[in-house]
Amino acid sequence: MFMPTTDQTLTEILNLAAAHFKVPRQRLSPDDDFFKSLGIDSLQTLDLLTKLENHFHVELPDYELQGVTDFRTLAGKIQARL
Amino acid sequence: MNTAAGTTGKTMSYELKDGIVDLVLHRTPCNEIGSQSLEELELLCEALRRAEQNVRALIIHSDLKCGFSAGADLRELYERSQAMEKDEAAKGVREFLHRIHAVLNAIDAAPMTTIAAVHGVVFGGGFELALACDLIIADKTARFAFPELRLGLIPGFGGIPRLKRDIGNAVVRDLLLTGRSFNSTKAQQIGLVSQVVSEGEALRAARATAAQIAKFDRGTSAAAKQFIKPIPHEELRREIEIFCDLFSRPAVQAGLKKFVESKDAQPYLP
Repeated sequence: MFMPTTDQTLTEILNLAAAHFKVPRQRLSPDDDFFKSLGIDSLQTLDLLTKLENHFHVELPDYELQGVTDFRTLAGKIQARL
Repeated sequence: MNTAAGTTGKTMSYELKDGIVDLVLHRTPCNEIGSQSLEELELLCEALRRAEQNVRALIIHSDLKCGFSAGADLRELYERSQAMEKDEAAKGVREFLHRIHAVLNAIDAAPMTTIAAVHGVVFGGGFELALACDLIIADKTARFAFPELRLGLIPGFGGIPRLKRDIGNAVVRDLLLTGRSFNSTKAQQIGLVSQVVSEGEALRAARATAAQIAKFDRGTSAAAKQFIKPIPHEELRREIEIFCDLFSRPAVQAGLKKFVESKDAQPYLP
C-alpha cells in the first residue's frame, strides 16, 4: 500500500486548505500560522479537521491539535496516523 | 404566530406540510440553546401535541452554515448566574434543566417519527437535541462532541442516558471523558448516525426518509417506537442532580468565565 511521505502529506494539506477556504495556494507556506493565513476561527478549524480526516481517512482527536498552529506540525500529526 | 400549520420564532421556525413538520433552527451564531430557544421548543411541543393526529414525522435541522447547534447558551448561563445570588442561580439552573428535560422527553417519546438532519457542529446541548430524535442523518461535515467536562460539568440535557441507551458504554466514556469530537463517518460506524450523505444533502435525505415513514400505519409506527425506545427516566433524574451538584462548584464559574471571555482561536476545541 502506498504510504505518502510527510512532505507529500504537507503538500496535500496545503492544497486542500487553499481550495476549501478559497485562499490562493501560493499564499500558504508550511510554517504559516494557519489561523492567520486562512483567516479561520475555531468552528472553521473543526471544519478543516473534518476535511482532513475525510481526505486522509484518519481519526485525529481534537486534543492532538491543541497548540498546533502551523501546517508542518499538522502534517506530522496526520502522518503519525496514516 | 403559533398555529398547527407553522410558526416563525426568534430562534427557530416550523412548518407542517403533507404530514411532515419541518423545524429549522436559525439562531446566530450557532443555535445556542438558551431561555428563548427553550420557550420556543415548549411551544413546538404543545403544537405537536395538538396536531398529533396530522403529523407523521418531525425533521429538525439548521439553516446556519456553522452547523446544527453548538449547545447550551453558555454566555446566557454565565451572565445570569453572575447577576444572581448563588442559591437563586442554582435554583434557576435546576428549573431550566427540568424544563429542557420535559421538552426533550416529549420529542423523544413523540408518537411521530423524529429525524435530526445535521451538519457541522453538533455539540453539547445540540448533540443532546439530536439524540432525542429517532434517527440522525448527517452530512460529511458533521462533528459530534460533549465538551462539558472542560467546564467542570457533565452534559445536562439528557445526553449521557440517551447516548448510553443507543450505543455502547465504552464509546460514551470516550466521548464524555476526552471531550473529543467524532466526524460523521465515525458516528455511523458506532451506530449513532443512520445515514451519512454528501455535504448539504442531510435535509433532502431526511425528507426522503420521512416520506417513506409516512407510508406506514401511524399507530403501528408509534407502537414500534414505544417498544424499542424507552426513556431512561431514572438516569435522567440523576443527571439533573449531578449537574446541579457540579454547577455549585467555584471551578464551574471559573470555567464559564474563561469560555465566555476567551479570545482563543480554539475555544471549541476540547
